[in-house]
Amino acid sequence: MNRIVRFASSDRLLPLVGVFGLIAIWYIGYWSRIVDPVLLPPPHAALKALWNGFTGGRLLYDFWQTVIRTFAATAVAGIIAIPLGIVLGSSERIYRSVEFVVDFFRSTPASALFPLFLVIFGVGNATKIYVASFGAALVILFNVAYGVMNARKTRILAARVMGASRWRVMKDVILMESLPQTFVGLRNGVSLALVIVVVAEMFIGSVDGLGFRVFEAQQLFDMPDMYAAIFAAGALGYGLNILFLMIEKSFVHWSGK
Amino acid sequence: MNALASVGSYRTLYGPDDAPTPHITVRGLSKTFQGVVIYDNFNLDIPRGRFTSVFGPNGCGKSTLINLIAGLIPVDKGEVLFGGKTLAQTRIGYVFQNYREALFPWMTAFANVEYALTLRKVPAKQAKERVNALVERLGVKIDLTRYPYEMSGGQQQLVSIMRALVVEPEVLFLDEPFSALDYEMTLFMRDQLQRVFEETGTTMVLVSHDLEEAVYLADYVLLLSRRPAKIADFPLVPMARPRHPSTLSDPDFVELKGRCLETFQREVRKS
Ligand SMILES: Nc1ncnc2c1ncn2[C@@H]1O[C@H](COP(=O)(O)OP(=O)(O)O)[C@@H](O)[C@H]1O
Ligand SMILES: [Mg+2]
Repeated sequence: MNRIVRFASSDRLLPLVGVFGLIAIWYIGYWSRIVDPVLLPPPHAALKALWNGFTGGRLLYDFWQTVIRTFAATAVAGIIAIPLGIVLGSSERIYRSVEFVVDFFRSTPASALFPLFLVIFGVGNATKIYVASFGAALVILFNVAYGVMNARKTRILAARVMGASRWRVMKDVILMESLPQTFVGLRNGVSLALVIVVVAEMFIGSVDGLGFRVFEAQQLFDMPDMYAAIFAAGALGYGLNILFLMIEKSFVHWSGK
Repeated sequence: MNALASVGSYRTLYGPDDAPTPHITVRGLSKTFQGVVIYDNFNLDIPRGRFTSVFGPNGCGKSTLINLIAGLIPVDKGEVLFGGKTLAQTRIGYVFQNYREALFPWMTAFANVEYALTLRKVPAKQAKERVNALVERLGVKIDLTRYPYEMSGGQQQLVSIMRALVVEPEVLFLDEPFSALDYEMTLFMRDQLQRVFEETGTTMVLVSHDLEEAVYLADYVLLLSRRPAKIADFPLVPMARPRHPSTLSDPDFVELKGRCLETFQREVRKS
């Protein structure tokens, strides 16, 4: 029994092995001078830059700018893509007629569209949000439509045989049935939005945001700051995924059951 | 073959069944799936207030029959009436084989049952009272505040049956409702269903692939032939209710089951 408890608790700590392993390799790389120390500062230097950046430094501000843009982009994408996805998914013919276009643009790297969006929306904040929305919207659209199309036939029949109108079947059954897939879409959408926002912040005449911070630190050869911004971006991506998973779990408690 | 004619012949054979009147009349029913004729000019009378089991070879069209009658799939040709009324004018209940995919997992069990009343525009307060009354009457002892996926298969199917019954349907259809349950649960659920039938007197139509179950529960066993399905036989089951596991060894029961099995095997061998 004791052994089992010990094994179980040590299993929970397993992820830390990778973390410490990475830090160890980093230190070895630093001390052995395999990598130029200017390019690879010691981990504690990066950690200190991260700490300073978040307590009084500019990193916190840039972090929030990226968070706001990512959420704004996901919100815009959701508002447009969820209703559209429902329409697409509820008609096989409409879906088939736009499937190729959606799939094509979904496969197009959003970064290839930066110049186009710059021409249309200028170099302001909106451009970054819209280009990220575009990428996220296609992902969400696809998932919502898929969720609607794959609503369990039996549940629809069950509602119909109880006397549900078409509208009620749509609202009470098909919409609910598509929710788990919609949340998958939102989770993938927010991840993609973050990627696009960070890239946009690097290249489209930016003055703030995590992408800008990484880029500027690199230009200034301030490596600890650059690693700090990279870690902040990583933590943001990881945190967003967990946040959306948690929302998903409480909203669609029945998913996968 | 005329359905009631065959009922009649068994009535004389097994004694009177206080003359049931037809509830569901099927006339000239035809249905073809991708060129395969399932029903061709099919006629049937299902008696009112009786339990009818449908039995026949695999894939002969048992599910299709009740789905056509319940309007889950459109007929190609023919007419189905419920005591002279159309489907739209009739309250029906339907219990699916796959309860996992028939209940709504986003609602609690209670809300699932209540939803059937919501669709019938019953005010919320009254709906709750009616669900509670049904629970009381059936003596259901499960926690209905749980979600379907938190329940056993038998409990879920019981919730499905309650959802179908709560609107007090004129006809209840059940398509192999217990075939996804383990044997112990199946035996328990059969007796639950028998009690509900005796309690409500609702016209019930059960599709079963288990001959023993079909005969055990039924007042009439509708035996279908292979495709295109015809009525092979439609005997009365004269055993008294409530039936008990001991009914299974009653000589009359055994004899009738044997007859049905013979008919079934004759129909399967025909090709
Ligand atoms: N929606 C459908 N499309 C095409 N063929 C179907 C469909 N539903 C049933 N069938 C076919 O019709 C026949 C009868 O089906 P069914 O009524 O489900 O049989 P069972 O008597 O086993 O319940 C089967 O051969 C089945 O393959
Ligand atoms: Mg079937």
